[in-house]
Amino acid sequence: MKHKISGMLAGAALSALMATSAAAEDLVIFWAEWDPANFLQELVNEYEEETGISVTVETTPWADFQTKAFTEFNARGSAYDMIVGDSQWLGAASEGGHYVDLTDFFKEHNLGEVMAPATVKYYAEYPGNSGKYWAIPAEGDAVGWSYRKDWFEDPAEMEAFKAKYGYDLAPPKTWAELTDIAEFFHRPDEDRYGIAIYTDNSYDAMVMGVENAIFSYGAELGNFETYEVDGYVNSDKAVAALENYKKLYSYTPPGWAKTFFVENNQAITEGLVAMSMNYFAFFPALLNEATNPHAANTGFFANPAGPDGDQFAALGGQGISVVKYSENQDMAMDFLEWFIKDETQKRWAELGGYTASAAVLESEEFRKATPYNEAFYQTMFKVKDFWAVPEFAELLTSANQRLYPFIVGDEGTAKETLDALAADWEATFKKYGRGQ
Amino acid sequence: MPTNNMTRLDPNSQAASRGLSDLSIRNLFIIPTIAFLIIFNIFPLLYSLGYSFTDFRASTNAPAKFVGLQNYRDLLNDPFIWKNFSITAKYVLISVTGQVVVGFGLAMLLNRTIPAKGLITTLLLLPMMLSMAVVGLFWKLLYDPNFGIINYFLGLGKFEWLADPDMALWAIAIVDIWMWSPFVMLLSLAGLSAVPKHLYEAAEIDRAGNIYTFFRITLPLVAPILMIAIIFRTMEAFKTFDLAYVLSSQPTTELIAIRLYKMAFQEWQTGMSSAFAYIVLIMVVAITNIYVKYLNKVKAR
Repeated sequence: MKHKISGMLAGAALSALMATSAAAEDLVIFWAEWDPANFLQELVNEYEEETGISVTVETTPWADFQTKAFTEFNARGSAYDMIVGDSQWLGAASEGGHYVDLTDFFKEHNLGEVMAPATVKYYAEYPGNSGKYWAIPAEGDAVGWSYRKDWFEDPAEMEAFKAKYGYDLAPPKTWAELTDIAEFFHRPDEDRYGIAIYTDNSYDAMVMGVENAIFSYGAELGNFETYEVDGYVNSDKAVAALENYKKLYSYTPPGWAKTFFVENNQAITEGLVAMSMNYFAFFPALLNEATNPHAANTGFFANPAGPDGDQFAALGGQGISVVKYSENQDMAMDFLEWFIKDETQKRWAELGGYTASAAVLESEEFRKATPYNEAFYQTMFKVKDFWAVPEFAELLTSANQRLYPFIVGDEGTAKETLDALAADWEATFKKYGRGQ
Repeated sequence: MPTNNMTRLDPNSQAASRGLSDLSIRNLFIIPTIAFLIIFNIFPLLYSLGYSFTDFRASTNAPAKFVGLQNYRDLLNDPFIWKNFSITAKYVLISVTGQVVVGFGLAMLLNRTIPAKGLITTLLLLPMMLSMAVVGLFWKLLYDPNFGIINYFLGLGKFEWLADPDMALWAIAIVDIWMWSPFVMLLSLAGLSAVPKHLYEAAEIDRAGNIYTFFRITLPLVAPILMIAIIFRTMEAFKTFDLAYVLSSQPTTELIAIRLYKMAFQEWQTGMSSAFAYIVLIMVVAITNIYVKYLNKVKAR
């Protein structure tokens, strides 16, 4: 009996110890492990100086960010007070009851106008056009391109390019030009390659890459209100876009079959390619001489237009939401009040965060601050996103299963691929009773 | 007549003086194990069986709806799932065969008096002591077409080990063979050293050739222990996750464990993935049973 009691006492002491260590952190924000999370930590340190409330930004690698976040949600866990969640999660997290409804907060602070419209639409509102808001746009992001200025401005290259294609070598304005330039610089025997694109078929990497082509070609993934997909994702425009993406794959460096943001930045830092697709969030590293030996020669451009002049880009970025199971919801709301202030948003941008605040984005100061801010500003007003329904992960799986064998494995045709994808998506929507 | 197999506690022993009866000692040892087994194995197993007949999703608050055998029907009709199964079968075949050939071969080489035998054996065992994820990351670098050491030594130029859809599965199997052949070697070595020397002497007197000796004496006598190695490796290869997940994301390398992980923890199709897990479980049990039957037959010889 004595043993039992001492054991229980030890257990109680241990749990008391754990409880004190948890109380030392006032608020916990969960995000993925990347530079913007470090910038956010710097920002919230200033909040602690002002208010005495400490905020910790906890991170996990991108690959298991979704899994870890939802495991915590599903367990109704209170480990995180706020979460900077992906835009596609809105459906799953709001319908699952994991996020606090921020509609009133949104209206009270007129956030629909304070933040850039596209960011409100994709980072905050679910279902589309419902007027219900679940997140505050925090890190705006979209896909853009970096390129080697020195290769583009080399007189010999410029002359050869003009002779071959009949127009001047410059950052591409259209997908046709993008493809020409990729072909032009693709010289495997010189260990130089045309282009770096996303091909990783896990989660949303490759799909985001293909979206850049599909959206700019003027096609859509489907009708986000009626959930119709046939005639959208397999339209002639979408087929042409996918064919173009596959063509770009033939101008990538060897082994380019499981690539995402890390590899695409490496393609530039290692001097492998002329142009590389990536999220704006990863561009600061390309301007840093310590991480990119070609920093002085790296330029940036927005995703080019398609054949009909449509120009869009795939949306990245996240909004910040309050977790329903948090025990510090009031404190979290106070924090958000501070976060949306103009001066906080300005400071956020200075630290390296991509603010979604319309006023800051439009300011001359922001647009001139870095070589890519102008491209970012332009892009943020023409972004489109993937489905945000709760079953988005199943839709991503079908997309990966269909697109990857065509792009990388050279199986079937673009039309067959997209017809099959449309059928898969229709079956998934039918399963969940959408659009009937 | 039932006999009581339990040894009686000596009434003068320390345990008896503290008032612990035979029964309480037995319970002390057994109850924690049983409780652990029930809480962490049996209960989740039965609970997930229940889930496998529903459309439950752990990520939502929607109540689970009973759908009968729908999940099983959907899974068994899904061509992608069948592809995952055939990929896994191919992988198990390549990697286990490779491990047995290499492992047994190494054991044959080591089963003689050579200098520094202990050291060589220990060094050969090293791969098996590393973590799967670390091995995966190392080999990803070794295979790299731009700077990888494998292409450099083999003079393969920019050969894409992991990006080539037909090669990727072989590349992963090669890593698995590298890592786990030592395990087969170790068991084979134990089996080989147990073969009585006088059998070889008798074979020599009868002028039996090397090949004849190997197939008639060595192999049959080592077979039971080799079978155990094969059972272990087949089960492990069947559920391979980390190595393939770290090395490649080709659809041609999507083993069932990877698909199951994605279904359960990325798509949160809890009901569907429970059904999937049951299908996999039934397969593993069936395959193991075939092996065990065969093992018993080998032993009986």
